[in-house]
Amino acid sequence: MARNVLVLAEVRNGALRPVSYECIAAGRLVAEGGAVTAVLMGADGGFAAQLVEHGADRVVVVKGEHLANYTPEGWAGALHNVALDVKPDVVFMGHTGLGRDLAPRFAQRNAAGMVSDATEVKLADGNILFTRPLYAGKAFATQVIKQGMVVATIRPNNLAALPAEAGRAGEVTEAVAPASDLRTVIREIARKSTGGVDLTSAKIVVSGGRGVKSADGFKPLQELADALGAAVGASRAAADAGYCDYALQVGQTGKTVTPDLYIACGISGAIQHLAGMSASKVIVAVNKDPEAPIFKVADYGIVGDLFEVVPLLTLEFKALVG
Amino acid sequence: MEILVLLKQTFDTEAKVTVKDGRILDEDVTLVINPYDEYAVEEALKLREAHGGAVTVVSVGPDRVEEALRRALAMGADEAVLIEAPAGADELTIAHLLGGWAAAKTWDIVLAGNVSVDTGAGQTAVRFAELLGMPHVAAALKLEVAGGKATVHRDAEGDTEVLEVTLPALITAQQGLNEPRYPSVPGIMKAKRKTIVRVPIAEAVPAATEILSVFQAQQNRRNTIIKGSPAEQAKQLVQLLRSEAKVV
Repeated sequence: MARNVLVLAEVRNGALRPVSYECIAAGRLVAEGGAVTAVLMGADGGFAAQLVEHGADRVVVVKGEHLANYTPEGWAGALHNVALDVKPDVVFMGHTGLGRDLAPRFAQRNAAGMVSDATEVKLADGNILFTRPLYAGKAFATQVIKQGMVVATIRPNNLAALPAEAGRAGEVTEAVAPASDLRTVIREIARKSTGGVDLTSAKIVVSGGRGVKSADGFKPLQELADALGAAVGASRAAADAGYCDYALQVGQTGKTVTPDLYIACGISGAIQHLAGMSASKVIVAVNKDPEAPIFKVADYGIVGDLFEVVPLLTLEFKALVG
Repeated sequence: MEILVLLKQTFDTEAKVTVKDGRILDEDVTLVINPYDEYAVEEALKLREAHGGAVTVVSVGPDRVEEALRRALAMGADEAVLIEAPAGADELTIAHLLGGWAAAKTWDIVLAGNVSVDTGAGQTAVRFAELLGMPHVAAALKLEVAGGKATVHRDAEGDTEVLEVTLPALITAQQGLNEPRYPSVPGIMKAKRKTIVRVPIAEAVPAATEILSVFQAQQNRRNTIIKGSPAEQAKQLVQLLRSEAKVV
């Protein structure tokens, strides 16, 4: 069955987020002869061509000054307008801060069912089967949408994007979303994360727990992360103790991450933390306490003082890449 | 102010999740107010303390949810409502149940958790806002209400956005918004005497989604403990990550 697929392309810090490509790849899989249309909000920014190279058949650039920064009302209205035109059977976006905020609003406007945080998308007997975590990965469910439009948010870093195909043909069109009377106004955006690596889509995460002992204690972790091009995360204990911002928290309350490599430093391994990171491909634990539960889920464990071990790791990695 | 809190009962985050015969066992599990919803309850109480009015908490679910609602009452909520859920209800169904019930009244502000720790979806509250034609602001770290508007500092993946939204609006709570109070003994006594309003199953919007199976992922970990001096450990780990695990 041919399906029309609509994908929301997301730009952050001046670049397309990789999950947008991953959504296009999922879109291609389920389209079965239908078209995959990507939507760019606000401006082209040179990204339309990249979306086409990565598998979009069509890109709609929705113009409107009110779309430059995300608001649920503004973007839901604009996306809905595009959907009225494209008539999608399937709508995908990343399970990012933006995607998970926008998708339910859009789904409800279409009285559509929605799967959140899909870690796998496949076809079986003509149906789209989604795998999604429950209890932040303590369990998983296979879920289908039985009728109507299919809306899903896709977890970053889990599906493979299609390789870029230079010169691939695709249609780029413009649409205009009239600025309606928005009841939400953005007063200020404080970009704390600029320059940092995005935690939820990072390939490598270096995380600190109670064992880092202070805000300063995160410095060696940040240095290791910088050497690896990794993001820094934290356990709830570290965030609760005020060593770092809650935005860094990995766990059932906090963010779920699935990097290729997760390095847990001074983290004991409470169940609620494990829920947020145990699907990582490879897990390393550095902890003083040989009985710490984190070692049970680790591929490699070092029983030792993180303040001794982590700087040495940084040196070794630097030697490796340098 | 008429303040509404959408609340869900979830497993405690320290609970072990066991899947048996294709379902998650919920016997012998400690149940709590979804931690994010608890921030919403606390924020509602603070708003009432500052502006007057009443706090109503509403939930959709089985009888056992009474316990979570009673805890919200013990924290200080004025009224609690439990809407019975039909079997197989999904976020679409639940949003319509909540919305159908809530539409009969006028609310100045609706609060909810940013996500629930069980499904992690964060759909229901946002769907509710859309159904009732309200704007929403998710993941609030700070909330101030004045002159028919709310000023919200929200967490946008680590960035902080400051937004102004016209009320009535729905705001969802992020960790860090506040520190939920513990119920006082008089609060607990008072909550025991309160009646929880029960809304029986009505004709519901059918679920659009269906869960076909529930399973637990088997992760086989190497569990290799690296021995030696710190320098040797570091060297060996980097080698193993490169040659054995092939991730760097």
